[in-house]
Amino acid sequence: MSDYLLEMNDISKSFPGVKALDHAQLKVRPGTVHALMGENGAGKSTLMKCLFGIYTKDEGEIIFDGKPTTILNPNDALNKGIAMVHQELQPIPERSVAENIYCGRFPLKYGFFIDHKKMNADAERLLKEVKMNFDPKVKLSTLSVSQMQAIEIAKAVSANARIIIMDEPTSSLTQNEVDNLFDIINSLKKRGISIIYISHKMDEILSISDDVTIMRDGQYIGTWSAKELTIDMIVTKMVGRELKNLYPPKSNVPGEVVLEVKDLTSIRDKSFKNVNFTLRKGEILGIGGLVGAQRSELFEAIFGIRHIKQGSIVYKGRQVRIKRPKDAIRQGIALLTEDRRETGIFGVLSIADNVSIASLHKYLNFGFVLNHKKIEQLVRDNVKKLSIKTPSSRTKIQSLSGGNQQKVIISRWLANDPDIFILDEPTRGIDVGAKYEIYSIIADLAKQGKSIIMISSELPELIGMSDRIMVMCDGRVSGIVEKEEATQENIMSLATKFV
Amino acid sequence: MNQAKQNSKSITNFLQNNAIIIIIFLIVAFVGIREPNFFSFGNFKNLSVNTAVRFIIAVGVSGALITKGTDLSAGRLVGLGSCIAAVMLQRSDFATKLFPGLPELNMYLVFLITIVICGLFGLVNGAVISFLKVPPFITTLGMQTLVYGICLVFTGAQPIGGLRQDYTSIASGSILGIPKLVIIALVVGLLMWFLFNMTRHGKYMYAIGGNENAAEVAGVNTSKAKIIIYTLAAMLYSLGGILLAAKAGGTSVNMGSGYELEAIAACTIGGVSTNGGVGKISGILIGVLVFELLKISLQFLGVETSYTYIVQGLVIIIAVALDLRKYLAKK
Repeated sequence: MSDYLLEMNDISKSFPGVKALDHAQLKVRPGTVHALMGENGAGKSTLMKCLFGIYTKDEGEIIFDGKPTTILNPNDALNKGIAMVHQELQPIPERSVAENIYCGRFPLKYGFFIDHKKMNADAERLLKEVKMNFDPKVKLSTLSVSQMQAIEIAKAVSANARIIIMDEPTSSLTQNEVDNLFDIINSLKKRGISIIYISHKMDEILSISDDVTIMRDGQYIGTWSAKELTIDMIVTKMVGRELKNLYPPKSNVPGEVVLEVKDLTSIRDKSFKNVNFTLRKGEILGIGGLVGAQRSELFEAIFGIRHIKQGSIVYKGRQVRIKRPKDAIRQGIALLTEDRRETGIFGVLSIADNVSIASLHKYLNFGFVLNHKKIEQLVRDNVKKLSIKTPSSRTKIQSLSGGNQQKVIISRWLANDPDIFILDEPTRGIDVGAKYEIYSIIADLAKQGKSIIMISSELPELIGMSDRIMVMCDGRVSGIVEKEEATQENIMSLATKFV
Repeated sequence: MNQAKQNSKSITNFLQNNAIIIIIFLIVAFVGIREPNFFSFGNFKNLSVNTAVRFIIAVGVSGALITKGTDLSAGRLVGLGSCIAAVMLQRSDFATKLFPGLPELNMYLVFLITIVICGLFGLVNGAVISFLKVPPFITTLGMQTLVYGICLVFTGAQPIGGLRQDYTSIASGSILGIPKLVIIALVVGLLMWFLFNMTRHGKYMYAIGGNENAAEVAGVNTSKAKIIIYTLAAMLYSLGGILLAAKAGGTSVNMGSGYELEAIAACTIGGVSTNGGVGKISGILIGVLVFELLKISLQFLGVETSYTYIVQGLVIIIAVALDLRKYLAKK
């Protein structure tokens, strides 16, 4: 009998033009948490998709429970005891908790009617097992993200999963919720279930996992016991070189006030209210707070995506009315949205189209004919300046990695030469190396006298980059901290001030 | 070796991406060999004229499709366009002239009036879709029936014949041996190619299809772009209607009925994706041509008209299924 519950050996997988996996391997012991780490594009997700039957591997073998196994599709994977909790959860919001758990395999009465009583009772028992205490009959849409995640896990447990793949499970959780998740994971371990845990958060990895496998460029780098590793060691192994500093040196000098927001209040009752703050030229203003503190909503309102009930925005000494993004752009404000896929990229369009879309008015002949030569030049300059890795400017943006997509969208705004950059979670889902590059771009913009608003849920990043940090809680500003006084503790205490 | 592998892969890709076109060309080849008349000049001219009009209509629909919408009012607007133009261009000595009091109008003025009136219906489509957020499918389905009703009311459901000779000669005439209809379609195709590729409106259209939310954030006035798209589409349908009435020498309320589906099918065959953001004028031309070839082939084979509908329906479904497969595979 093998020591491993799961062995993936010499797995290779190619897509047109890229070798996504090159003889990768992964060996998971029963009842352990196995962290899978690597930069974006290192092949973690691809490897997991091969395991879960979303992709078919080109070469290699999967040995599950001592037997060579072929996994045809996700359903087959579930039947064999492999479950996946997705990065973006895919629940059915308007149905009940129990229905979400048993969707696709409802318990039946007389082989035909759905046995609602049994389904609800079973769901309740399952929820207790994952330390969740709520009525399985409520609609899923009434729950928080972490509760929905717990339901996904309950679903996996109910399907008798022996391995649960968790892809970035904590990316939208608060600290309490993370602790709760870790409790659940520990109780799963005790039942002999193994977890494959993918995350970019190093401290988390070191506290929860038993083993760590690191990948780089689709290749297997090695597997270590988590006890032997430090954050520095992991980073070095992931990027293949030593990263001396996590943050670039900053030499920006904040100047006069360019933006003043007074008493801004959303038209929605449960959103931001009575927000006051100022932003100075050449300043990096960090925005901290928990998920749900209405930070994105506030800045989307300033950008004209959402509506306000009262309050005013004074920009360069003049009161401005911004009713739609176009107005904000014309004033010289840029917004890098939180959800790249939803509101950032045009997946099927080329890099060139993605870069130029917001500044086409600058590249016209006779006032209406696009000057493709100039646009091409703009794209080439940006690709070079931000070192965007792409085969050509005609490449579709959806084939780039997250970090490169982010750089393309930054280029889109650079092309407009705005004075204020609102960056909402600019490094979310981006690997360590690319993060540093994004930070350098931010520091450089501030140095040129651009004002930066950086919303971030990562405290080290906020403290490392900001000149001042405005913390929000429950739609209100709970405090503004100067750089010198900023610590993780005082930001967290402000972030939970009104909770 | 590697190169060879790459080549074989790109050939597979080509076959996959153009499957429906290849299948239809095989049918054409088969018919052509069985029926030597198929490759005659007369048949070719007939084909080119049919393609010309349907291409103009398909280019109109394509804007809606590229922005993830659709336009089901196309066929009925073709009908309305043909009726409006025909009513104003009946011969003054024609016995059953619908509006006998109508003076002899300049033909081009009539075209302009027709196009503007139909454009207004497209404007309403676009405004309802943009501002009231009614899904394009429902909006244009409603418009389809509404337009048909209006057309019935103002023509009294009478067929409209006895068209002026200067009008019908547009359809029958040719310049340097090329039918005028084909030249008109080519000009429309070139102008639309220019609009799609060389102007901001074109870029915005593809961006809205690619990701409407992102387009809004990037400062694109999505409402304006959609209103332009649906208005322009309606104008193209009416141009199609004007030309169809000229070609047939008369028209009735049923002119153009069902053309929206043919146009959508032709676009999809030609690579306009129902997933939005993708589609080229050249592809649409190929799509229309291939669809027309299929129809003529079936005629040559002596397939009864009733059956050709069944085949056309199947082709539409298969074309969309194959198109969606492309995107599934690339996920």
